[in-house]
Amino acid sequence: MNLNNLISIALRALVNNKMRGFLTMLGIIIGVSSVIIMLAIGEGSKNTITNEISSMGSNMIMVQPKYNREGVSRGASSMESIKVKDYEDIARDTKYISGVSPYVASSGQLIFGSNNHPIRIEGVNQDYLEIRKYVLQDGSNFTETEIKSSAKVCIIGKEVVDKLFINDEDPIGRVIRYNNIPFRVIGVLKAKGASTFGQSQDDVMIAPYTTVQKRISAITHLQGIFVSSINEDYSEKAMSEIKEIMTLNHKIPEGKEADFYVESQKQILEQIDTITTLITLLLGSIAGISLLVGGIGIMNIMYVSVTERTKEIGLRMSVGARGKDILAQFLVEAIIISITGGLIGILFGSGVSFIIRLASGWAVTVSTFSVLLSFFVCTFTGVFFGWYPAKKAANLDPIEAIRYE
Amino acid sequence: MKEKIIDIRDIKRHFQVGEELVQALRGVSFSVEEGEFLTIMGMSGSGKSTLLNLLGCLDTPTHGEYYLDGKPVAKMTKNERAIYRNRKIGFVFQSYNLLPKTTAIQNVELPLMYNHNYSAAQRKEKSKQALISVGLEDRMMHKSQQMSGGQQQRVAIARALVNDPVMILADEATGNLDSRTSYEILTLFQELHKEGRTIIFVTHNPEIADFSSRTIVLKDGRIVEDKVNSNVKDARRVLDSLPNEND
Ligand SMILES: Nc1ncnc2c1ncn2[C@@H]1O[C@H](COP(=O)(O)OP(=O)(O)O)[C@@H](O)[C@H]1O
Ligand SMILES: [Mg+2]
Repeated sequence: MNLNNLISIALRALVNNKMRGFLTMLGIIIGVSSVIIMLAIGEGSKNTITNEISSMGSNMIMVQPKYNREGVSRGASSMESIKVKDYEDIARDTKYISGVSPYVASSGQLIFGSNNHPIRIEGVNQDYLEIRKYVLQDGSNFTETEIKSSAKVCIIGKEVVDKLFINDEDPIGRVIRYNNIPFRVIGVLKAKGASTFGQSQDDVMIAPYTTVQKRISAITHLQGIFVSSINEDYSEKAMSEIKEIMTLNHKIPEGKEADFYVESQKQILEQIDTITTLITLLLGSIAGISLLVGGIGIMNIMYVSVTERTKEIGLRMSVGARGKDILAQFLVEAIIISITGGLIGILFGSGVSFIIRLASGWAVTVSTFSVLLSFFVCTFTGVFFGWYPAKKAANLDPIEAIRYE
Repeated sequence: MKEKIIDIRDIKRHFQVGEELVQALRGVSFSVEEGEFLTIMGMSGSGKSTLLNLLGCLDTPTHGEYYLDGKPVAKMTKNERAIYRNRKIGFVFQSYNLLPKTTAIQNVELPLMYNHNYSAAQRKEKSKQALISVGLEDRMMHKSQQMSGGQQQRVAIARALVNDPVMILADEATGNLDSRTSYEILTLFQELHKEGRTIIFVTHNPEIADFSSRTIVLKDGRIVEDKVNSNVKDARRVLDSLPNEND
């Protein structure tokens, strides 16, 4: 039989069974698109979170006081465990770090003219910007002198600028008031946007830590130390250096729980990675179930039409179709349906993924793997269950096939 | 002496229906020469359709031998039988067996779709001619379920003629037709017969036997009579003598 005849036979049969073709296609479309969408969301959330954390500085290490179980009785002392000396020793005695900054913070109200804005002031040194991957858009970083002298200067984020300087004035050199203490703005940070968790990263006010300690909180201890290792690969070595210094300074006996803890961004990244992998896995199994349901739908429709189609096969054989003509016809029909359905599924799945990306801002990405997997599983199911009944029927005598019930 | 186109020997066909064994044919032997016009008669249930299906290579006998054109059918492959059905045999089913939801012309085209010797244009032309010869020139684009029983029967006949078969097997081909159309169809078959085709016509109507050259009568799966008809009636003459109600 020639190809033209084969194709026109298959097309005529498809046109005569539009509903069956449509339902089969629907099964394939649902199967393919749900797999693509689920995996795209899973992959997307994972990428988004990972990027976010890397942008916060993947080589960042934090030293924080630890509120251990005896913390209640020890009261304030355990929260005040981190001292300026710890910071100075870390800055002096480590090899694998590129920046260290003390950290103290306090909350208050910012006022400029008639505008005010609640803010958390962060007291740090000049390394902090680099550690947190902040970039100055205007102005300059703190000088050593400003830090030594507890100068009333500050660097502010884009959101603070927008809230206070509503008339588009240049904030540099202006004096704003934090809890009535005047601070001169010496720098403005480049906008970073919201984090994955929805917090703004531009709603910041940074001042020398000495200023916050003396003029605002009236404390001598630190609330934390921010460190950056030379790069991500040195993060472990830097951490053990820091732990060593801290353990020594705090006279922690061996086996005793320390009153501080050291955590790297890399560790957090790894933890989050486990969680997002879990999410992807979960979405993947939902997708797998959709694929199964789609496949069963395809089988069902193909199977239900067997009786009707067995008669058709008998009839075609009675006028001289050979077994292979029948098989070729059914194969072409199944391929047309499955491939069309598969392609529509890919387009639909990618389209929906794209819309989700626009709507959520997540880095929803359609992976080649999900496209190939779903497409092949669905087309295979479609083709197989289109072909298999035909194979069985083509082995019957024509009259048996015509009489098939 | 003409060639034997059909030669069957002691053909039996049994059907197992649950516990019961139905013996539709209980040992039938006869031969048909090329160019014969044979009617097979018998009451309903006597095994006529079963026999015709076997002769058309649509079914396999439980027992016995069938030589088609001198070749044992049992030794032919499925494909050889399919090609035989496609090129040499025209079969008209008692129940028409048209493709549902398909136009008359597409139904008639079907055998030629499986014959690569025909181009699409030739196929269309042949199918049109076949439909015209059964008087359905104005029903070509009608779908199966949009036609009456008689019209569907004529589409089935056109489909059996379209491949210029050597042998035409028709099962109650006039069963659903009014007497005028019956005579038209009989005229057509007689013309085909004159062209040299072998025709086997199954009917339960004794009148029709008068238009054929030989009659075999079946009863309970056996041949009870096999006689040559020396006085073949001319269907066209009968047709012309009928009052013309259409005009
Ligand atoms: N596929 C079948 N299964 C079971 N019994 C059958 C089958 N085909 C025919 N028969 C039986 O064989 C007998 C002959 O049937 P058939 O050849 O159709 O008779 P006719 O065409 O002369 O009316 C009947 O008794 C019928 O019930
Ligand atoms: Mg019958």
